Amino acid sequence: MLESFRGGKVARWFKGRSMWLLHFCTGCGAIELPPSMTSRYDLERFGIIPMASPRQADVLLITGYLSVKTLKRVITTYEQMLDPKYVIGFGSCTINGGMYWDSYATINKLDYYLPVDVYISGCMPAPDAIFAAFLELREKIEKGEANGYKLYKIHYERYKANQDKVFKNRGIIEGED
Amino acid sequence: MLFLYNIIIVPIIAILIGLLFLGIARKVTARIHRRYGPPVIQPYFDTLKLLTKEDNITHGVMYMLGPAIGIAGSLLTLFFIPIGKYALFSMHGDLILVLYLGVIGSLGMALGAGDSGNPNAAIGVSRGLSLMLSYEFPLVLAIVGVILKYNTTSISAIIQKQVTSGWWAIFVIPLSALVFDIALQGILGEKPFDIPIAPHEINSGPMVEYGGKYLGMLQIFASLHLFTELALFVDLFLGGGANIITFSLKMLVVFLLAIFINAIMPRFRMDQAFKFYWKWPAILGLISLIFVFI
Ligand code: SF4
Repeated sequence: MLESFRGGKVARWFKGRSMWLLHFCTGCGAIELPPSMTSRYDLERFGIIPMASPRQADVLLITGYLSVKTLKRVITTYEQMLDPKYVIGFGSCTINGGMYWDSYATINKLDYYLPVDVYISGCMPAPDAIFAAFLELREKIEKGEANGYKLYKIHYERYKANQDKVFKNRGIIEGED
Repeated sequence: MLFLYNIIIVPIIAILIGLLFLGIARKVTARIHRRYGPPVIQPYFDTLKLLTKEDNITHGVMYMLGPAIGIAGSLLTLFFIPIGKYALFSMHGDLILVLYLGVIGSLGMALGAGDSGNPNAAIGVSRGLSLMLSYEFPLVLAIVGVILKYNTTSISAIIQKQVTSGWWAIFVIPLSALVFDIALQGILGEKPFDIPIAPHEINSGPMVEYGGKYLGMLQIFASLHLFTELALFVDLFLGGGANIITFSLKMLVVFLLAIFINAIMPRFRMDQAFKFYWKWPAILGLISLIFVFI
């Protein structure tokens, strides 16, 4: 019974109304977060507040380009979070590499390495776009469509292979960097 | 039978009111920051969400027991504090008992956090215990003032004497009330004394490894803790309450004062907090004791 309640409609409704962010900032995207959290836009009215540790958070924001070294930290952080967890990709850098598409140090498509639930396009998305993304994520959660964390478990082999490939190519191997 | 009902109903009311107060605190803080703020029932959403999250980690038995011990300790304290006119257990000397029991909850949380093995949690626990050491001294001075003034150690008797004399203790011994209120700021962990859970320094301290239902239990523990401490203040200095509504209103007034200070203050360092507590409130408390003796 508990299991069915956990995934049920009521629980999903609560989850959509209380999304806790992880304060993990990469790239230039983080600069748009303070304006969306302070008085003019105020993310907190949707029940969205930043949390200090990955154990407490529900939403992982990838705010921009990811260097290979950061990717490793992001993956560790993502795996520390408790289910259900969601990922939002900020800006064109997470979608296709953006203006760093040919850089030797960054990854291009975040979706190869982590399951992304919602993307925000733009280089740099404004607070309005961030709000739109959060409301879309809330809708998805309520409908039960934000299943990235389940996909990560199902297709773990594929994600892991992709992650290993990029770490090996850059000479960063598990355990030493 | 009624007694058994009340053992279940009183904690539920306390949790609901405590969570509502946490919501009011967030809304008021947001308004002071000129933000719109979350809905006042946001803590209910948060707690229910946390309780329905899945848990795929553990850090040992004590880690899981910690929040339970915290809740148990707060419940035990709650049973001895009269709420409105109603006191579940009331006897001679329960004020001193409450002083001891009030520590159990925080100690349970400290035990659980210590088991999580995170260095930030360890720092948070040590800071929390030092903070406890700092505020307990003025707190005890304030309570001794009340005990001497009314010549009894039963909370119900103290309320009774305030009601019959027509003067609340806050007007009779204002200095003790002030000292208790300053100590309350530390007990509730509001700024400038939110040193143990400083999110920007040590990643929310003891809670750093807690997530999911354990964090939900800690949220419930926080609401119970808030309720008991505020109720103790209202009972000792504001003459209790005729029913649960006036009682909660009085608690809200005390709490709002703490929130206003919280919203505009920066944070003390640990040594500053310790020095502060053992200096000004302690001196005020001693002066108040002299007044009581005279
Ligand atoms: S999308 Fe633009 S703003 Fe965002 S990280 Fe990439 S370059 Fe920076």
